Amino acid sequence: MMKLVIGLDGRSSGEKALTFAKSLAKKADDCELIVVYVIEWSPFSFQNAAENAERHKRREEEIAIARERVVDPAVADLRAAGFNARAIVRHGDVADTIDSVADTEGASQIIVARASDGGLTSRIFGSSTASLVMNARVPVTVVA
Amino acid sequence: MKNFKALILALIATLAVAVPAQAQDAAVSLDARVNEAFANATGWFVNFIFMSIPGTNFPWIVMWLVIGATVFTVYFAAVQFRFFGHAIALVKGDYSDPNDAGEVSHFQALATALSGTVGLGNIAGVAVAVGIGGPGATFWMILAGLLGMASKFTECTLGVKYRNEYPDGTVSGGPMYYISKGFDELGLPGGKILAVMFSVFCILGALGGGNMFQANQAHAQITQITGDFPGWITGLVFAAIVFAVIVGGIKSIARVTEKVVPFMGILYVGAAIVVLIVNYDMIGWAFGQIFVGAFTGLGVAGGFVGALIQGFRRAAFSNEAGVGSAAIAHSAVKTKEPITEGFVSLLEPLIDTVVICTMTALVIIISQQLILDQATGNYMLNEAGTAIATIDGNSGVALTSAAFGSAISWFPYVLALAVILFAFSTMISWSYYGLKAWTYLFGEGKTTELVFKIIFCIFIVIGAAASLGPVIDFSDAAIFAMAVVNIFCLYFLMKVVRKELNSYSARLKSGEIKKFTH
Repeated sequence: MMKLVIGLDGRSSGEKALTFAKSLAKKADDCELIVVYVIEWSPFSFQNAAENAERHKRREEEIAIARERVVDPAVADLRAAGFNARAIVRHGDVADTIDSVADTEGASQIIVARASDGGLTSRIFGSSTASLVMNARVPVTVVA
Repeated sequence: MKNFKALILALIATLAVAVPAQAQDAAVSLDARVNEAFANATGWFVNFIFMSIPGTNFPWIVMWLVIGATVFTVYFAAVQFRFFGHAIALVKGDYSDPNDAGEVSHFQALATALSGTVGLGNIAGVAVAVGIGGPGATFWMILAGLLGMASKFTECTLGVKYRNEYPDGTVSGGPMYYISKGFDELGLPGGKILAVMFSVFCILGALGGGNMFQANQAHAQITQITGDFPGWITGLVFAAIVFAVIVGGIKSIARVTEKVVPFMGILYVGAAIVVLIVNYDMIGWAFGQIFVGAFTGLGVAGGFVGALIQGFRRAAFSNEAGVGSAAIAHSAVKTKEPITEGFVSLLEPLIDTVVICTMTALVIIISQQLILDQATGNYMLNEAGTAIATIDGNSGVALTSAAFGSAISWFPYVLALAVILFAFSTMISWSYYGLKAWTYLFGEGKTTELVFKIIFCIFIVIGAAASLGPVIDFSDAAIFAMAVVNIFCLYFLMKVVRKELNSYSARLKSGEIKKFTH
């Protein structure tokens, strides 16, 4: 079975990545689409004791929000269109985490969108895209 | 609306001109009254904690801490050295499951605990130790730091093992939990009473060393730059900011501190290294003073015992090993193996005391702020004979500031900022430790929490207004009282930790516990 990992960042440009992934999946006999959303997080950041005590609770909340707003609607759309799809939400460095998911899942390709507008967030995500392209262990397609 | 704003501004301007002149006298006497009332109220407690062992001038509490740290070091067969490398690997995340990403990492738990301990103890406390006990105090401080690593290991392992995990995903841990749960599990009586005792002392420690001492020294540092003004003013400003963070939930202030404090810590060590490099030819001499002073005292009050007491006392105050505070901070980590947090926590006294405190001590010794009698090679005492005479009569944080200033003229300004930020971050940490003890006693709930937070803010004002002597005595006494209960209980619970240690090291050896490839 072919597996495609689609990295979403919660922006509209993600639609393009999904559209491209669908076009590829249609060509394959058996294809699974894995939609990945990464919550930017570092184990080396600084927090105070009160934040630490609530960290587990906040993590669960962050994952729930990411599922509800980004990945679940995307997976629902894909399934409605007849595709085999599922979602993964992880905390970590965006590029490293998408690559690591693709590697463990045995995906044949990673599909991400190009950072479309010039905002600060997309610049940060843009650099994540660049880092992914340079370091990924599987082929990466950047959809314009 | 415009008129209203103008009115307010005019009012503030009038007050700014009129109030200081009138308030000066009243304020000074207010500071004096706060100081006197505070010293009277806490004197008996301080005297009890620092009571000497009969027939000696050695405070029993210092002996208590040293014996505790030594027992843990021997009982766990020098765990602080055997598992040092493993502790580093854990902090680096080599053994962290990628599926747990987003939870509190070992690094974060360590950094949080460190931000509660690295601070004034390392800057002002060391100056007090070296100022009274001479360079030799540094030797005993380092030894106390190395032994203290075993105490931290013991308490932090238990902190994670017996923490409370609530259904909403939050956690509460610390000595009060491991004492009551651990004693129950072992079928020992009195766990609940001891946990309550610990909580009472923890609240006092939070108000003393975690609050008043910080406010006091921050004020001392500010007046060094601005000139003298009443302490309660600094106290009110600090209280307002802390109130905004812990009651108002204004996270932006706390976030800025979280980012800036580690940077300040690195800058501080960096500056100390620069001073040492500039005076590289004196490093050998300074270590000579430390070693000779450790066993002879070099003329300090109380001789080498005086140096030893000061070294151990300030080390314990700085790294809090055996006190139990770190167990509260470390208990939030995500791990299936409580012992791993014990390994990580043993790095804390190393960084805090063996590295940072030693840097401060070396800078003070090398800058020759302490007046040495060239004829005898001994240090000269001040008029009262209580401490070593210094060039400008400085003590505490002012002594450290003068020492750095003699090599890097602008550094006292950076240090002032560092002291204020360290004081602030330590207050935030201790407000949490105190709160956990408070809620253990009175139950969780918005109102009970608010009562503690308001008391905490009031003590900031008192701490800034009172003078250093009574504040430092009370701060030490309260923090050491925590260690009395904590170490006593650790003796009963240490077999639980040994069981964990044996099981973990066997699995580590057999390869059952593996590194994750990231």
